[in-house]
Amino acid sequence: MSIKLLQGNQAVVEGAIAAGVKFYGGYPITPSTEIAEQLAARLPQVGGKFMQTEDELAGLGAAVGASMGGKKAMTATSGPGFSLKQEMLGLACTAEIPVVIVNVQRVGPATGQPTSPAQGEVMMSRWGTHGDHWVIVVSPVSVPECFWLTIRAVNLAEKYRVPVIILMDEVVGHMREKIELPDDYSTIRTVERKRPACRPEDYLAYGTADGDLVPPMADFGSGYRWHVTGLIHDETGFPKGTPEGTVNALNRLHDKIYNNLDDIVTFEEYKMDDAEYAILSFGGAARTAYDTVDMARKEGIKAGLFRAITIWPFPEAQVKVLAGKVKGILVHELNYGQYVLEVERVVSGKCPVWLYGKYDNSSATPQQLLAELKKHVGR
Amino acid sequence: MRHNFRFAGTGGQGLITAAIILAEAAIEDNKEAVQSQSYGPEARGGSSKADCIISDDKIWFNRVVCPDVLLVMSQEAASKYTGDTDENSIVVTDSLFVKDVPGKHKQRIDLPITHTAVEQCGKTLFANIVALGAIVGLTHCVTDKSIENAVLGRVPKGTEEANKKALKAGMELVKKYAK
Repeated sequence: MSIKLLQGNQAVVEGAIAAGVKFYGGYPITPSTEIAEQLAARLPQVGGKFMQTEDELAGLGAAVGASMGGKKAMTATSGPGFSLKQEMLGLACTAEIPVVIVNVQRVGPATGQPTSPAQGEVMMSRWGTHGDHWVIVVSPVSVPECFWLTIRAVNLAEKYRVPVIILMDEVVGHMREKIELPDDYSTIRTVERKRPACRPEDYLAYGTADGDLVPPMADFGSGYRWHVTGLIHDETGFPKGTPEGTVNALNRLHDKIYNNLDDIVTFEEYKMDDAEYAILSFGGAARTAYDTVDMARKEGIKAGLFRAITIWPFPEAQVKVLAGKVKGILVHELNYGQYVLEVERVVSGKCPVWLYGKYDNSSATPQQLLAELKKHVGR
Repeated sequence: MRHNFRFAGTGGQGLITAAIILAEAAIEDNKEAVQSQSYGPEARGGSSKADCIISDDKIWFNRVVCPDVLLVMSQEAASKYTGDTDENSIVVTDSLFVKDVPGKHKQRIDLPITHTAVEQCGKTLFANIVALGAIVGLTHCVTDKSIENAVLGRVPKGTEEANKKALKAGMELVKKYAK
């Protein structure tokens, strides 16, 4: 292990290298630029390729293409660029191309405020591209977690053939913190996508077997015929727009993720054992919440933190349990109120749900969050 | 023990770099450290601030709420960032740029930081390292060895001696001016 002071964005870069990412396509944008800048230096050192494209859409397009060619691929951006990537994200969902997309959120909409923190793409990361689709979204709280969660994001993308979004924010992307990096990345567990074992002439590009809903993926150009399309298709990869074909295609895209929630959904509970009140938060906003929990407890309020790490799929089962345990849940996010909508839906009146949404270009201080908590607790 | 530092000035003065170096020195001393900054979209000019928190314990909230030591290297920064200080804060100024420091503080220390950088190292761009020397000399938040290593680990090749001199000059300034 070597101990270093790294930026969250730098830790993402190291996580990508450790996970075996060999291609990056993208266009630099604050506050994610360090990811592109440093992967441009790091990828050639490991036999990878870095491509700066003409815009963000092309960046993800190139990454999707590299992934089809058999390489682990990623892109990184911030809000305005994330908007541009949505079209290609939909193709990656439908064609089932493993790819990782980092979005280091800044204040929006549009150009917004490039150097200020926000978490305004919570809902967009779930529903950004058109049509019913399912993605995995993870959100790191610290520099070490940027490293490990990037590895996990790449692994999940490969395992489930799905785009995985690392939803960061300026708080975590730009801060520097201590991290212990493994000296030898080859000791880290990485996942390789399943490739076909059959002969090329027997290959069905989207054929599944033995209850595994993730089809083996051939490297494009390796002799296995594969028709890649954004049209709804059957197991041959060719379009099939019948009612039954459409339902089958969408069901499988859903079920391959939602039948495996135990593997995909991760969260952390801090001082929740005896907690009467929960703060529910994620990413950079949660850094405030740890301190608020400690301060509240010093004042005799039994508070705890439920931190979603996988923010989509929503940790539904866990939040249902939480709602039955506590007297109230205070959702803290750096936006006008997005994740709170899902919390309210799942809690469904079992306990009060309050929101402290902050959208003034800065993180909440622990004192501000404590004041909100006390308001609801009646102290 | 926890130290909350804020370094504020004009973009281009190297204050974010100074905060990074300080955090790196703290880590070499086996402490916890987080560093963050805020700045506008400009590459140079505009006001810029960098925070560095050093602690024996885990640090969660990564911004300084009330600095123990506020370093201000421009009048604009002095006017803007003293709002977060209180009577327990120490304010260190670069006396070349700062005249007014609003508010009541434990101590105000006016140091000829940029002046010293030019006099002793030949260029204004060593001012951030002079300032860093002053901060470490004032608080002893990191060891002298660690701060020197951290400075040498960050600066361009060929400037090592000048930077060591700047660091030392900062430490001497505190001895001379801080009562």
